[in-house]
Amino acid sequence: MSKPLKQIHLAAHFPGVNNTTVWSDPAAGSHIEFSSFAHFARTAERAKFDFLFLAEGLRLREQGGRIYDLDVVGRPDTFTVLAALAAVTDRLGLTGTINSTFNEPYEVARQFASLDHLSGGRSAWNVVTSWDAFTGENFRRGGFLPQEERYSRAKEFLATAHELFDSWRGDEILADRATGAFLRDARAGAFVHRGQHFDIHGRFNVPRSPQGRPVIFQAGDSDEGREFAAAGADAIFSRYSHLEEGQAFYADVKGRLAKYGRRPDQLLILPAATFVLGDTDAEADELAREVRRQQVSGATALKHLEFVWNRDLSGYDPEGPLPDIDPLVSEEHISRGRAQVRMYRDPVAIAREWRELAEANKWSIRDLVINTGNRQTFVGAPATVARTINEFVQADASDGFILVPHITPGGLDPFADKVVPLLQEQGVFRADYEGTTLRDHLGLAHPDATAPAERAAS
Amino acid sequence: MHLAAALDGTGWHPASWREPVARPGELFTAGYWADQVAEAERGLLDFVTIEDGLGPQSSHLLEPDDRTDQVRGRLDAVLVASRVAPLTRHIGLVPTVVATHTEPFHISKAIATLDYVSTGRAGLRVRITARPDEADHFGRRGVERIRAYDSPDARGLVTDLFDEAADYVEVVRRLWDSWEDDAEIRDRATGRFVDRDKLHYIDFEGRFFSVKGPSITPRPPQGQPPVTALAHDTVPYRLLARQADVGYVTPRDAEHARAILAEIRAEQESAGRAGETLHVFGDLLVFLDDSRGEAEARRQRLDALAGEPYTGDASVFTGTAAQLADVLEELAGAGLTGFRLRPAVTGHDLPRISRDLVPELQRRDRFRTAYEADTLRGLLGLARPANRYAAATAAAATAV
Repeated sequence: MSKPLKQIHLAAHFPGVNNTTVWSDPAAGSHIEFSSFAHFARTAERAKFDFLFLAEGLRLREQGGRIYDLDVVGRPDTFTVLAALAAVTDRLGLTGTINSTFNEPYEVARQFASLDHLSGGRSAWNVVTSWDAFTGENFRRGGFLPQEERYSRAKEFLATAHELFDSWRGDEILADRATGAFLRDARAGAFVHRGQHFDIHGRFNVPRSPQGRPVIFQAGDSDEGREFAAAGADAIFSRYSHLEEGQAFYADVKGRLAKYGRRPDQLLILPAATFVLGDTDAEADELAREVRRQQVSGATALKHLEFVWNRDLSGYDPEGPLPDIDPLVSEEHISRGRAQVRMYRDPVAIAREWRELAEANKWSIRDLVINTGNRQTFVGAPATVARTINEFVQADASDGFILVPHITPGGLDPFADKVVPLLQEQGVFRADYEGTTLRDHLGLAHPDATAPAERAAS
Repeated sequence: MHLAAALDGTGWHPASWREPVARPGELFTAGYWADQVAEAERGLLDFVTIEDGLGPQSSHLLEPDDRTDQVRGRLDAVLVASRVAPLTRHIGLVPTVVATHTEPFHISKAIATLDYVSTGRAGLRVRITARPDEADHFGRRGVERIRAYDSPDARGLVTDLFDEAADYVEVVRRLWDSWEDDAEIRDRATGRFVDRDKLHYIDFEGRFFSVKGPSITPRPPQGQPPVTALAHDTVPYRLLARQADVGYVTPRDAEHARAILAEIRAEQESAGRAGETLHVFGDLLVFLDDSRGEAEARRQRLDALAGEPYTGDASVFTGTAAQLADVLEELAGAGLTGFRLRPAVTGHDLPRISRDLVPELQRRDRFRTAYEADTLRGLLGLARPANRYAAATAAAATAV
């Protein structure tokens, strides 16, 4: 007997500041104007997606001491865009990355609780933990946080935010005109938190929101990040969009839940995925090659190589062979403000491997970057892509995907129009929203469902 | 004459929530705020302000109370403004921002983004807080306990908080300017998305904090959304003079308005901004009815419900729209260029502003009959500011 089919979760990430966004295409629109975000969100909602996801930036990236100028640069404020999107959508979840290092719990908790009220229960928070002094130069506190403390601060930040969300139970507002009682309880919102990173107390001033707490997402991939997610997140954004590595990650993270008293279905695993659609698989392959060439110009390829070599390679010909010099191993990095750089943990070994690959395949620098960099995850005719996505999910490589189109804002349209109907026909994706909140879409329990027992115990 | 409405909960009278027309159970919904702002837009008002604070409302200025008989709790004002922006077309949206405990980098990009989502209708109202309980919500700095904002022992603290707010606005403005308007070039030939010579580090180093820049968000549609602040005394008047586009003041009468204006203009001259437009608006709390008697009866009824007569920083007007129009004309004669009206009961007095007062002022040729501009700066007659860094770049180019 076969087990019932898993339902797929789908979300959309507004394409932003990295070289997967093709800005040079004539179809590419603004990545700043609100009309772009509204178009993108309406498409995602038309396709019955679970949520829209926005990343965050707190410092413009630099390379070689100058602002990086070859990709999309700049973005609007996450909270503000999400609040405005709540006005042009009804059901779509609204997920934003907000940093736990350069913010304070009281303010972030207020903003998420407000967003949850203003969207009727659709907010989610992707907790990230950048700590570097480079970003810190834009903030009062500066870059004060040692790297090893970033997760300890993030954990305490999240726990503190939860204490603030929970400081209102949800039944305090009476607004009884006859008796003159607005509040049931004078201490509504009272909280005390004394910890290593935060020592705060007082009264939280946003009443309990429709979801009680926003949904919590986490994006880190380190051992600490996985543990952090297993302990308290509702979903984890992974970058494993290939089957076997996806399955390994899935098994590892889901296996960590039991020790926190959680079931495997209480943490969704959602890799980011890109896609190229064509009328036929062959046409999609051809389009995907064109997209890659647009994503990786010669100049971009050289800059990409600099992430690994950590030195100025501007004198090299991108259509020529790889540099025969070794990477510079140093604490100081030529590229700043990018998470990507940390992926290359042993640059000398990577350089050797890349040189061998390039020689074996007769690849130029640009060929190498095109062929080893971010390939599209799903390439094919709509039926091929729908089938592959479903296979991944049923094989426990993920619970769904966060799709990142390479064009703003219309890049999601073909997926919504051509792939989603096929998934719906197969009975693995909703034909319509069944609930109104993001927790409903994700199949997550409302935090208040368990509250009475917790309260009785406390 | 310019007109703004100050939105705060169900209205500025603490018992306003008990009026049948109030919607206290909906204060934490988007629909409530959308309806209020739509009402103000119906009246062609220049803008609405949205009050905010980093702790519960209180009947004391400097500490929390434990009252349960008044509205407590509110949503983040920037997010409320943003939620409403796509539902409105012309009216300016001016949320309150607390400079004392927040980051100018975050607020700069948030207000820039509000300007994008409203296509040029954002502003901000900056304020400080000396409430120790609000400092305790952040735990980063202590705020010494003072008896009153204008007491002698408070002078040093209050001056510091306003100096910090002035630096805060300076940083916010520099960040708005940190991208030149045409920095995004999308030059396919060279593969460059931006011209990085048109992005600028702001390198702000001040007494209270330093910020590097540039902003993560491109320069907003208005260049710099208007900055506003409420001021009652010399120290805050100095903040208006240094950094504001619109100041709200609380004159008792026309003579007092003249004195306040003289002081602000002198401060403006000392700050080196004598040539720049700085609107000074009078703040009034209003009870508007068909007769003065009705308005006074309503005020008394609300005072009785509240258990004490309402007094605040601003003068309280009770009367008809025509009588209010007379008062506004007299104050305008003293040099005020606009008014920020605080509805005693939002559900009652805001429609009276938009449907009675505005037509009365239009009959007198003192108020617009249609929106004449698409941006808040346009409505306020403020030019789009030149970018300080672009000017420097151009000057350097000329020098070469």
